[in-house]
Amino acid sequence: MASMGETAARQGLRYVDDRFGSASFLRRSFNKVFPDHWSFLLGEIALYSFVILLLTGTYLTLFFHASTEVVTYNGSYAPLRGVQMTDAYASTLHMSFDVRGGLLMRQIHHWAAVLFVMSIAVHMMRVFFTGAFRKPRTINWHIGVTLFILATLEGFAGYSLPDDLLSGTGLRIAYSVMESIPVVGTYLAYFVFGSDFPSTSGDFIPRLFIIHVLLVPGILLALISAHMMIIWHQKHTDFPGPGKTEHNVVGSPFFPTFVIKTNGFLFLVFGVCAFLGAFAQINPVWLYGPYNASQVSAGSQPDWYIFFLEGSLRLMPNLESNFWGHTISWNIFVPGVILPGIMFNLLYVYPSLEAWITKDKAYHNLLQRPRDVPTRTALGVFGLTFYAILYLGGQNDVLANTFHWSLQSTTWVMRVLIIIGPFIAYYVTKRWALGLRHKDEERLHHGEETGIIRRLPSGEYIEVHEPLPAQRQAILAMQLGHDLPDHAELPSGNGHHSNGQGNGQAPGIGRPVGAMARAREALEGFFFERHDSPKSGPGDDDPKTLTRP
Amino acid sequence: MSPSTFARRLASRRRQLASAAIVAVALGLLGMLYAAIAPRGSAATSADPAVDEGRSLFQSLSCASCHGLNGEGGKRAPSLIGVGAAAVDFQMGTGRMPLQQHGAEAPRKRPVASEGDILKVAAYVASLGPGPAIPQFDAADWQKADTAYGGALFRTNCAQCHNFAGSGGALTYGKYAPSLSDATPTQIYEAMITGPENMPVFGDKQITPDQKLAIINYVRTIKTQADPGGVGLGRVGPVTETVVGWLVGIGVLVIVTIWIGARA
Ligand code: HEC
Ligand code: HEC
Ligand code: HEM
Repeated sequence: MASMGETAARQGLRYVDDRFGSASFLRRSFNKVFPDHWSFLLGEIALYSFVILLLTGTYLTLFFHASTEVVTYNGSYAPLRGVQMTDAYASTLHMSFDVRGGLLMRQIHHWAAVLFVMSIAVHMMRVFFTGAFRKPRTINWHIGVTLFILATLEGFAGYSLPDDLLSGTGLRIAYSVMESIPVVGTYLAYFVFGSDFPSTSGDFIPRLFIIHVLLVPGILLALISAHMMIIWHQKHTDFPGPGKTEHNVVGSPFFPTFVIKTNGFLFLVFGVCAFLGAFAQINPVWLYGPYNASQVSAGSQPDWYIFFLEGSLRLMPNLESNFWGHTISWNIFVPGVILPGIMFNLLYVYPSLEAWITKDKAYHNLLQRPRDVPTRTALGVFGLTFYAILYLGGQNDVLANTFHWSLQSTTWVMRVLIIIGPFIAYYVTKRWALGLRHKDEERLHHGEETGIIRRLPSGEYIEVHEPLPAQRQAILAMQLGHDLPDHAELPSGNGHHSNGQGNGQAPGIGRPVGAMARAREALEGFFFERHDSPKSGPGDDDPKTLTRP
Repeated sequence: MSPSTFARRLASRRRQLASAAIVAVALGLLGMLYAAIAPRGSAATSADPAVDEGRSLFQSLSCASCHGLNGEGGKRAPSLIGVGAAAVDFQMGTGRMPLQQHGAEAPRKRPVASEGDILKVAAYVASLGPGPAIPQFDAADWQKADTAYGGALFRTNCAQCHNFAGSGGALTYGKYAPSLSDATPTQIYEAMITGPENMPVFGDKQITPDQKLAIINYVRTIKTQADPGGVGLGRVGPVTETVVGWLVGIGVLVIVTIWIGARA
């Protein structure tokens, strides 16, 4: 099969080459190697769900009316017949009940949107915890964070288009978040919405529509292309393994193996979205009703990627101050603007921050396992825990109702958790990673446990260990950072990672001068805390293990 | 439905309800009279045998242990004088009373008493003081009410506590507005006129009897209506959708990626 496909492809190549002389580029591309680890397919879920979004979204534009003109519904959904609503809402109902395949398309579109942002988030975690963001891939990390933010924005815009009761409630919150920005807030909100909220000018839904179908998708498309081209150019990272070095990529050639695999995967993502779209109801706007400023429903939640903002607004204590007749609503401004600002900025700067702290200027093509860099892993879990508590806080009423908790206690418990939870998570993760590392070190230096117990002449019982095969040893040593040039065991203090591509001259070398340098030194000490200490040299601890002769 | 037919229907319903109300008030006054002249205590008897039986059921079903021998209330429970037959029918018909355990809120349970017994206790409590009577209407009455209008009323008056689809929602301090999926039309009506616990009373001035029937029609319609998009996921909005997204969407895809990876 593959060989037939290959001949066809080579013929195709020749056809193109005859006309453009570009075959050498294509041939190089076809022979590009893609590594096999499962976690490298996570980004692809995002890519394919984006394709699904484009396809289904285009179908939806054929029927959606981006208009706030008030109409009387007369379609086939009886429980709303005769009700006054905007044309945007009416056309969504029309699409759902009177257009062939309309509801299915809406649902696939919405599920794909949910999976799109989810897969971006999971992909991002993979990149973070494996250190794939390190030089030279920092720019692609920045693009990725931008994609995440834009995807969130895109989803929020789409969610708000149908002008139903739930999304209208979300927009009202967005309006007051904008309004809460000191000095410019009122004007900004007015400017964005074109009027007070709820929009009386009729400008807002058409604006949102253009943002949702043209502006943001356009930027997304451009950034995704850049993202892919950079990956193509820099080649994929890989975990340390047999025959893998900082200078090669081991895996399957792009064509045909990777193409077949990835196409299969494309259909799988399509399949999951189609399955969900067909069998799991999502965003039943007909149950929510049209937006009406005097109505609000219990359990008005946004889509999942906004939960954390909803949560930060809910958990924030009530705080307002008055300056010269102007009220600043800290209770909205801090959780709605400042906090997400800090969170996203931290995501942006993390790679540079880490490189600065660790004085790491080297190129990295080999990945790290989460346990290999305990501090980073623990910091990541710190952030995830913080996010998770906000995320749960955004649905605390549904949680309270489902589990019959008191709404007030969930708020208070979460307020406490958001402060101590991340630190506990940090500590536990760090211990856990260090423990795993320690086990690995033992395996490296003393070999694997065999389960054989032997009695020493002294009468003591010990377990016999068997050394690892040489290859496993080499890989493990690499993973633990012993043999890698960029992770060589250097005495702490100067230039941890001074080899790499030969530019390891860290500016902080020698004696730290100035407050900044001292801070950097302190941060470095924090970052490397234990996993550099010369603790686990060969044969230092536990002298009671024997190596099988 | 056009406004004029709606108004006409409203007027005719008003007439019906007006006569019902006169009867109810007359009965209530009669009850008060009885309560005033009848000798106090458990030995009291009345002309209506249902009230007598109701009184003894009130004791044997342990209502008296909380609400007092004559429903006058006490430390453990409020007075029932003037709550009316509708409140009793609602509280006993939804199994909330007799209360078993003091909690944040009396939960819906299987009723302990038969329908006949409930009516007797209701008659007895109604005899203690005038209050809303058990609403009398049949299926045809609410089924011909305007669903869409009921929906709008529902979203304005009920959704903030019971959620857009009547799936229920949390209130403060462990209290909650329950799901409306088990409530019968009569119970929905009774809930509105008696305002159990943290629910406000919706008097006939706020929501007319016709509007109440429209609300009932809406609640019942969406309850019985199938979900056109597949599984309804509890009709609570994005929260359950998200759980499905993580578990079925990302979960399945990640398991398959691992499987693909393992086969490579
Ligand atoms: C364990 C104590 C207890 C018992 C037993 C009990 N109740 Fe109650 N009842 C309460 C409490 C407390 C309330 C107020 C809170 C509530 O509405 O749930 C109440 C409320 C009520 C109300 C609503 C009053 C209003 O203002 O609308 C009615 C009607 C009622 N009870 C009837 C009964 C009847 C009839 C019985 C016997 C079948 C009964 N109760 C048994 C404790 C009790
Ligand atoms: C302020 C919040 C609130 C509003 C508004 C409200 N309810 Fe309720 N409702 C409650 C609470 C709380 C209960 C539970 C009372 C109890 O357990 O004693 C309840 C109970 C009910 C029940 C009984 C459900 C069952 O299965 O036992 C029905 C029916 C009901 N409400 C209908 C309505 C309707 C119809 C409206 C709108 C006209 C409405 N409610 C408005 C809070 C509310
Ligand atoms: C780029 C091409 C896209 C087009 C042309 C498009 C088009 C549309 C249109 C016309 C609607 C309104 C109709 C409706 O509500 O059913 C809509 C809704 C929506 N869109 Fe998109 N969209 C695109 C991409 C995206 C992306 C990338 C996301 C998510 C990150 C997204 C998320 C949503 C959501 C959540 C809705 C609400 C759908 C619903 O009502 O169930 N869309 N989209």
